[in-house]
Amino acid sequence: MRRLRLTALVAGALALAAAAALAAETHTITDATGRQIEVPNDPRRVFAAGPPAATLLYTLKPDAMVGWPRAPGAEDLPFLRPETRDLPALGRLTGKGDTVNLEVLLSARPDLIVDYGTVTATYRDLARRVQAQTGTPYALIDGSLPTIPATLRRLGDLLAEPERGGTLAAYAEATFAEIDAILAAVPEDRRPSVYLARGPEGIETAARGSINAEIIDRVGGRNVVGAGPDGLLTVSPEQVQAWAPEVIVTIDADFAAHVSAMPEWQGVPAVRDGQVYLAPSAPFGFIDSPPSVNRLIGLKWLAEKLYPEEARIDIEAEVTRFYTLFYGVTPDRAALDGLLGTAGHPGE
Amino acid sequence: MLALGLAGALATGAMLGPYPLSPVDVADTLIGHPPDPQAAIVLWNIRLPRVVAAALIGAALAAAGAAYQTVFRNPLVAPDILGVSQGAGFGAVLGILLGLPVLAIQLMGFAFGIGTIALVMAIALALRGMGQVLVVVLCGMAVAALAGAGISLVKLMADPDDQLPAITFWLMGSLAGIKQADVAAALPAIVAGLLPLIALRWRIGLLALGDDEARTLGVEAGRLRLLVILSATLVTAAAVSVAGVIGWVGLMVPHMARLITGPRFDRLLPVALAMGAALMVLVDAAARCIAQQEVPLGILTAVLGGPVFLWLLARGGRTWAE
Repeated sequence: MRRLRLTALVAGALALAAAAALAAETHTITDATGRQIEVPNDPRRVFAAGPPAATLLYTLKPDAMVGWPRAPGAEDLPFLRPETRDLPALGRLTGKGDTVNLEVLLSARPDLIVDYGTVTATYRDLARRVQAQTGTPYALIDGSLPTIPATLRRLGDLLAEPERGGTLAAYAEATFAEIDAILAAVPEDRRPSVYLARGPEGIETAARGSINAEIIDRVGGRNVVGAGPDGLLTVSPEQVQAWAPEVIVTIDADFAAHVSAMPEWQGVPAVRDGQVYLAPSAPFGFIDSPPSVNRLIGLKWLAEKLYPEEARIDIEAEVTRFYTLFYGVTPDRAALDGLLGTAGHPGE
Repeated sequence: MLALGLAGALATGAMLGPYPLSPVDVADTLIGHPPDPQAAIVLWNIRLPRVVAAALIGAALAAAGAAYQTVFRNPLVAPDILGVSQGAGFGAVLGILLGLPVLAIQLMGFAFGIGTIALVMAIALALRGMGQVLVVVLCGMAVAALAGAGISLVKLMADPDDQLPAITFWLMGSLAGIKQADVAAALPAIVAGLLPLIALRWRIGLLALGDDEARTLGVEAGRLRLLVILSATLVTAAAVSVAGVIGWVGLMVPHMARLITGPRFDRLLPVALAMGAALMVLVDAAARCIAQQEVPLGILTAVLGGPVFLWLLARGGRTWAE
């Protein structure tokens, strides 16, 4: 019995070694920070450093995922490929609020670490340090919205999934072109002022140009919050009254449900006119959370809300198409209703 | 003069804010003739609740601090010395982590604040140390450290994009989200806590002489101290649960008041109440006017209050130890 187990162990080790040898063929690439890194030709086990990278990896090569930064919530599970639902939550490795233990990271035996987001000196250093400590190549990819098509192609190549990368990139390019066509038909003065409400009180928001509100800028919404030094900020309801936004986009279901009855929001044009929209959030948010490729469908959704006449978008068909293509899951009628049904005005 | 200063601060608070309202507009709205319906909404639903809440909370924290400094006979004591702020903070950030509605977050803050002090008392009693100030304070510090560890743990577990900014902002204190309903909810607890302090201000003052002296004057020190602790806990927990953790006021305002009145508690208390209220109203007005972003009160009280306090100290006048 013991011998049998030993044999199995040896066979397993051999199989692993063979797989490792296959993956061990490497080539050198230059990442977004200009670092030269040696990466495997066909990465089989990839660790995503944070939620944006995990979303990107999920859409390109789900079977290479070794875990999630955070366990997906119960409401997200129906929209995720079954084989990824039970992956362990390993934590994140993105500068602020690291939660992954490097030993846990190593025991997941990744052959590549990918981070996707803002490229700063902090992240460059982090990448260099983690790579030195773990001996695992660590690639940083620029996470801004306009570069999504290029990113999908590059990462597709990096993950040895060039066709998939090309398909998704083509969708992203078509989406941007579609938005540009809509914007060409909407003169500047008909683009509404928009306030992004976060948190149950709705007084957390994001400034113009920040990664959290980037897609509002992209669809031509005039973010009432001027460009600020940092992304997220808290404001007073009185400030919102002074801004008088025509449309409110929120990612908080609690706020969306109660805003029409909250005394301090009375008379805000968006609340008065029923122009408060709750962005769907499963499995990934439409606005940010995380700021990744999930925002492509958010662009269409928001364009449809802001310009219902010019943007002739069948949002249910679009969501079905996007979820099938990017997430590998086709939502059925009930799932679509659950996802978009709350997207109307509260109290409608 | 004190009342005049407080009235001036309240009026200033009502005039200032990011929504453009002239003093005439504000006055018209207050007497029931708003220039437009929106002015009434802004003033009655948003700005005045904030001003009232700021006054209440400032007064409450200053009174609690003054009472604590007297009964513990220690000028470095703040109303959260026994851990009520940390406990309430732990309850509230736990509520944020669990994604609870705002009211439930406030209730959790209040309940955990009271619960923390109950725990401190229970431990102190078990150690037969209720009579000894040092034992009570040490128990408080131990429990506060535990709650602080809980807060750190919650921060670690929170979603760094979504919940963590909210938690951090809440822990620095703010009245940005205050509503009429919040004021109504906090008012009974604050009044219930302040009334005993005001009614018993003579006796509380005697505790500053020491337990033995107080006893010869007919004051049961242990029971009175317990009452002060309960009252101060009530008002502090109520303040923290609606406004977050606002440092500095409970510690410094009593000293500023003392520079005017001297150490006698019965004279100190009314001045501390008025000064705390006025100061908090002005600081909160600054918090909503300085930038488009709300500036956390904890930062402002430290930045504005510290230099003012040092200036008062340098000017001399009567001191604590008189």
